[in-house]
Amino acid sequence: MDKNKDRQFLVSVSPHVRSEETTARIMWSVSAALLPAAAMGAYFFGPKAVITISISIIVAVLTEYLYQKGMKKKNTIGDGSALLTGLLLGLNLPASVPFYIPLVGAVVAILITKLIFGGLGYNIFNPALVGRAFLLMSFPKLMTIWTQPTAAFVKIDAVTTATPLGILKEEGIQKLLETFGGSFNMYMQMLSGNRAGSIGETSAIALLAGAAFLFYKRYITWHVPFSFLGSAALMAWIFGGKGAFFTGDPLLHMLSGGMLLGSFFMATDYVTSPAVKKGQILFGAGCGFLTMLIRLKGGYPEGVMFAILIMNCLTPMIDRGFRTKVFGSAKGAAR
Amino acid sequence: MAAYHGKNWDLIKNGIISENTIFKLVLSLCPAIAVTNSLRNGFLMGVAVMFVQTMVNITVSLLKNFIHPKIRIPVFMLIISGWVTVTDMSMAAFAPDAYKQMGLYIQLIVAFASIFARAEMFASKNKVVHSMFDGIGMGLGFLFALVAISFFRELLGKGTLWGVPVIDAKPLLIMVLPAGGFLAVGILMAAFNWMNKRYMVSK
Repeated sequence: MDKNKDRQFLVSVSPHVRSEETTARIMWSVSAALLPAAAMGAYFFGPKAVITISISIIVAVLTEYLYQKGMKKKNTIGDGSALLTGLLLGLNLPASVPFYIPLVGAVVAILITKLIFGGLGYNIFNPALVGRAFLLMSFPKLMTIWTQPTAAFVKIDAVTTATPLGILKEEGIQKLLETFGGSFNMYMQMLSGNRAGSIGETSAIALLAGAAFLFYKRYITWHVPFSFLGSAALMAWIFGGKGAFFTGDPLLHMLSGGMLLGSFFMATDYVTSPAVKKGQILFGAGCGFLTMLIRLKGGYPEGVMFAILIMNCLTPMIDRGFRTKVFGSAKGAAR
Repeated sequence: MAAYHGKNWDLIKNGIISENTIFKLVLSLCPAIAVTNSLRNGFLMGVAVMFVQTMVNITVSLLKNFIHPKIRIPVFMLIISGWVTVTDMSMAAFAPDAYKQMGLYIQLIVAFASIFARAEMFASKNKVVHSMFDGIGMGLGFLFALVAISFFRELLGKGTLWGVPVIDAKPLLIMVLPAGGFLAVGILMAAFNWMNKRYMVSK
């Protein structure tokens, strides 16, 4: 009784009102928001997709656990960030990859990109994207074999094909329209996800549903994704056409490749994107610009991954450039 | 820096461990990434640098009383380029295959900060014998670093060692690309310093 009496007058330091939100809660919510996309991937690409995603997640979590155990550090697998990284990496892989590709990718993503730099919050680059970049450069053949989606677990041999962006790059828009049978069909199939590509990037509807959930929960703001999509659409419209300016097809570029997955789920990563809103707009616009530059002029058909990684490098500089003025500091004082 | 009076053995240990060119001083990273995609190239480059470093140190130390301090930099430059030319030509004569792959980098030894720094900071102030051992030590450190880096890069990137197949698995192509060079240097540097901290008595 005496104890409680003393406590009555105990005043702790601020903050006194705490939000319900924690890192773990946000990470788990983002993972949940990705589930529709993962489910659509599993639907179109079959059990192989589920296995790839599972290996990626398990290895990512296990790597973090073992590292922290071995280094005698506080265990942080409960915050869900390793799981989210594994999930994102899995969703960014083609369904047909052999088992060791998600394994190597997850180890690189967690160990080299995140843990060596000091763990969650200290990494310069988006771990899942570095994992994928590592894999793309290590296994260029295996990482660009895309399987034709076969709906509803139909058990047939996987047919390899090119992604819409690959066809667009190699053979042009006419061939792409032929493959899908008209532009309306093409947009419809891209919305549902019935096209070749990485497991989680194909279904636009599922990704948009997940993104809507994140917007509703206010885990992401419009700044990064919309400036990303906006600048990419502008570039696609101006320079995407054949011969003349202003004849490109922005919608095609929005829906193809990893544009939606990248802009809503990976460019918005808190750790590797600027903290200031104005800076976030510049960050997103830079991502969109670089993506379209690589898609239209570069050697790779898809550029979302490299665009985000390059902008990740610039994040500290952007943050510094848009640093808010300290209230009361003298005009023109040295910063 | 006052003239050195210690043991020769300490000079060699210093070059390999406490002042390792790549892992500790973080100098001359260009060759550490450019020529280390195979063990043979890394080894030959390390030997070439060790030879140049040792000979430059001896020459500078011998001539230190004749070099006017005001023009010492151009003179060091001449001495270094002389020994690099010797190395370059011998390599072209005795190892033409390797020379074709790394000839440019052999010539670039002229611009190595580490060689210049040892000539300026050690050889021009110390006795010939000490300078020679310092050159050997620094060279051995560089050789060790290059061999370590190229060992991992060739093993992981091609699955071979000195051109001989060792592991029969799909290699990680990235390790023989420049990006893999940075990864290998970074990780080995971290490992080297960690072990150094843990097992060596720090002074």
